[in-house]
Amino acid sequence: MTPAKASSRKTSFSPMIHSYLRMDERFPHVWCPGCGIGIVFGALIHAVHELKIPKKKLLLASGIGCTSRMPGYLDADTFHVLHGRALAAATGVKLARPDMEVVVVGGDGDMLAIGGNHFIHTARRNIGMTCIVLNNYNYAMTGGQQSPTTPRDMFATTAPYGAIDDPVDACLLASGAGAAFVARTTTYNFVQLKRLIKTALSRKGFRLLEVVAQCPTIFGRLNRIPTPKDLVTWIKAHTVTLEAAKKMDAKELEDKVVTGVFVDREVEEYSERYARLVKKVRNAH
Amino acid sequence: MRRLVSGNEACAEAALRAGIRFFGGYPITPSTEIAELMAEELPRVGGVFIQMEDEIASIMAIIGASAAGVPSMTATSGPGFSLMQEGIGYAAMTEVAVVVVNVMRGGPATGLPTKGSQADFQQARWGTHGDHPVVALTPRGVQECFTLTLRAVEISQRLRVPVILLMDEFIGHMREIVSFPEKVEVYHRQKPRVAPSEYIHYAPDNNYNAPYASFGEGYAIHFSGLNHRSDGFPINDAPTIRWNNERLRAKIEDNLAYLEDNYVDDDPDADTLIVAFGSAARSAYEAKLLTDKPIAYIRALTVWPFPDATVRRLAKGRKRVVVPEMNEGQLAREVERCIGTDTELVSVTRNDGSMLTPKEVLEALR
Ligand SMILES: Cc1ncc(C[n+]2csc(CCOP(=O)(O)OP(=O)(O)O)c2C)c(N)n1
Ligand code: SF4
Repeated sequence: MTPAKASSRKTSFSPMIHSYLRMDERFPHVWCPGCGIGIVFGALIHAVHELKIPKKKLLLASGIGCTSRMPGYLDADTFHVLHGRALAAATGVKLARPDMEVVVVGGDGDMLAIGGNHFIHTARRNIGMTCIVLNNYNYAMTGGQQSPTTPRDMFATTAPYGAIDDPVDACLLASGAGAAFVARTTTYNFVQLKRLIKTALSRKGFRLLEVVAQCPTIFGRLNRIPTPKDLVTWIKAHTVTLEAAKKMDAKELEDKVVTGVFVDREVEEYSERYARLVKKVRNAH
Repeated sequence: MRRLVSGNEACAEAALRAGIRFFGGYPITPSTEIAELMAEELPRVGGVFIQMEDEIASIMAIIGASAAGVPSMTATSGPGFSLMQEGIGYAAMTEVAVVVVNVMRGGPATGLPTKGSQADFQQARWGTHGDHPVVALTPRGVQECFTLTLRAVEISQRLRVPVILLMDEFIGHMREIVSFPEKVEVYHRQKPRVAPSEYIHYAPDNNYNAPYASFGEGYAIHFSGLNHRSDGFPINDAPTIRWNNERLRAKIEDNLAYLEDNYVDDDPDADTLIVAFGSAARSAYEAKLLTDKPIAYIRALTVWPFPDATVRRLAKGRKRVVVPEMNEGQLAREVERCIGTDTELVSVTRNDGSMLTPKEVLEALR
């Protein structure tokens, strides 16, 4: 991770975005120019703003990684936890304060490797939270090691001859575990990204949104797609919508990323179920 | 009221009376009864019990619940305690009040699931990576499982620290008569009285007994396990790191008088001092009663921070110090630090899953 240099130009962030940030000497932020994390962060802020979620009720939790640095900049309650453990910690928050709007962000390594077990079980229990997995296909923070989503034959510092592991599909994993809402998009498609975050925030239970995002500095460089523009274009070229995918065969889909909503169902989320249990137990006495 | 209960039952009952309203845990012998009791009782008082997917998730969930304002606890044993270490360090770094009960069994690895030991004494102190002080309490019997659980909750809330309660299988599964008090004084953390713009989560005066904010109260607090400055935001410069480390140390070192808790039975004529804790101290005290020689005795209820000064004072001028324990000599190392070279150290150990007997201690007193 290379720190972003303070721009000499006067930045013209919208005042709306500013009002959600902790605007002190924390800036400049840690992310590289051209990184996809800012796009996701921006979309999240837009979604929260448009849904008028009060800051006082908002909790943003994360694990460790480039993506997981997001909470430090948000002007709300924020919880920068341990590598992989954000979902477990957020489970504690949500059950203690069911009225809070809990959002958890993390990289593919954080959520699907070290945090994979928590990912499965938080989805299974349908703890009420929006989980955004930012999939940049590598461990960016630590310098580009292979992650559980690194595609076959692509390079990472710990896969110098190309990855031979098959990657995991976060959306399939969450669907199988029982998540109420499961969707995928990319940073290329900002409009869909914002819309899906809004949908996720409006649902109950565990909602997973996987966002394929560019890490030009490391993943792009290691795979000879080093500019943000080329990497975003590469992501776009590998993306197909769920509708289009239905008409394609397995061979055609082999190196494709399917975007869209995979699961959207009504569930009684865990804290509601728990409240019902408490009522039942107390009435019995 | 007096009732015959096990150590695990006394612990769970005390936790509920001390105001614990969130328990996240994973089953492991010999601590499981605590989780089972909490699963039964917490819904009755409107609290939350959740069985997590492992001990790492358990410690993180209780940290999350505590950060959201609810007094929280977990209970485990050796293998689970090992898994919790990174989370315990996180609670120490972010100053989140949690109680971690470790009903000790033999180890390493799966070790002796159904048999007791005191072999996590040093792990409780040094199990996390990095350097920070630790608070750990050790009951000698079922009554103290009750009183020390109350105290563990109180210390954790007052100092915003993780507190470890080191029970063991012998005590956890043993039944004794406990007198339960009518009323229990509970310390409730106070909410900040200043406006959010004025509030600093790790302000210098925001340490012992101070009000502090929880999630959802409008204070926009930030927790990070990275070294951080007073607003919780991570920063890498040496003075801030020193300030952060010093803050963690000071909250324990400045409160030694509050934390220290020993049972002392001194005898000016004694040339021998016994130092012990927990269940081994039962046999040690029995041995003291069985011998006709004068013996000085100290049992630490708070083992971490270790009562260095008190042990040093009691050991001064004695011929020998006898240290009975159920591990390979972990307490003896601590005692050795505190005594002079003129005093002989006699380490009495047993590490086979059986209770150290008074007879074994008695032999060392000859
Ligand atoms: C227990 C533990 N193991 C390893 C690390 C080192 N580490 C920090 S971030 C990271 C991976 C980050 O990758 P990812 O989660 O994909 O997030 P990204 O940086 O790509 O956003 C690792 C392995 C750690 N902090 N803690
Ligand atoms: S994910 Fe990649 S591009 Fe983004 S901040 Fe990290 S190293 Fe830089």
